Amino acid sequence: MSEANLTVGGHAPGIMEASPFSVPSKKLVMWLFLISDAVTFGAVLFAYGYLKNASPDWPEPFKFSPSIVNVMLMTFVLVSSSLTMIVAARAAKSSDKAGALRWTFITVAGGVLFAVLHMREWFGLIGQGVRLFQNPWGSPMFGATFFAITGLHLTHVAGGVIALTVVALGYKRGRYNADDIEIWSLYWHFVDLVWMFVVPMVYLLNVAR
Amino acid sequence: MSTADRASSSLKTDIIVYVCILALSGLQVVLAYQHAEGSRLLIRMLAVAVIQAGLGVSYFMHLREEKRSLRFALIPATIFVLLMMNMFWSDSFRLEHMRPFVK
Repeated sequence: MSEANLTVGGHAPGIMEASPFSVPSKKLVMWLFLISDAVTFGAVLFAYGYLKNASPDWPEPFKFSPSIVNVMLMTFVLVSSSLTMIVAARAAKSSDKAGALRWTFITVAGGVLFAVLHMREWFGLIGQGVRLFQNPWGSPMFGATFFAITGLHLTHVAGGVIALTVVALGYKRGRYNADDIEIWSLYWHFVDLVWMFVVPMVYLLNVAR
Repeated sequence: MSTADRASSSLKTDIIVYVCILALSGLQVVLAYQHAEGSRLLIRMLAVAVIQAGLGVSYFMHLREEKRSLRFALIPATIFVLLMMNMFWSDSFRLEHMRPFVK
């Protein structure tokens, strides 16, 4: 990374203070956003655990089929989309514009597929009578926490799909560069990593016996 | 090693990490059906998730290739905040076991 790239556009190197961690400011901002978002998800998951502990009749509604099978499929899709995002960022770094666009849009397709599978899971539960503050099985808080956590994650996936599409189209037109693809790949990997905690906490600790 | 060789080797590493993360996800499903006691199961699940997150952050997000100062700025603060949240667990057990109407 050249000194020029580390400084804010329009200022010559030497005028601006050097980047504290030798990363572009946009990347540093993304990292700071991600750790604050990690704490947000941490707090939401802790709140979930708190309510589950405090409720003697917490429901365990997730049967192996269809729920856990669906979750395994969603995990496969999301982790695979992280791999395709790595390939996209690498292609962008090596100035392979067509490859970067192709792999970014494959990642976006993975995100859309994940969202569709997620909605299928939601509609399945809604069909069984789960609402925000009621369900047929036990503690009424189950629906609120389930939809809040998975909804927050789904919002992140939707945001990532939109952001990656915008950045890819901007990269195609020359508005964004390879660094922007790499920076948004960090966000996409983060969404994937959060899912690694949502699955055990929300689904696997509540499998139907 | 040429740039192409380095890129190929790096992609191979990423694919190995990808397979490991998927395998660990499968392990979590196996653990879920082991009928272990609640808190023990939670600890096992979280341990696996932490390993998955560590692999993802180190290899997919390339944090291990960043300057050490960036890693020190990001990781300890995040872990500290997440650990501090654990103080609330005892209160959640109090609600179930110590509230006045429990028989």
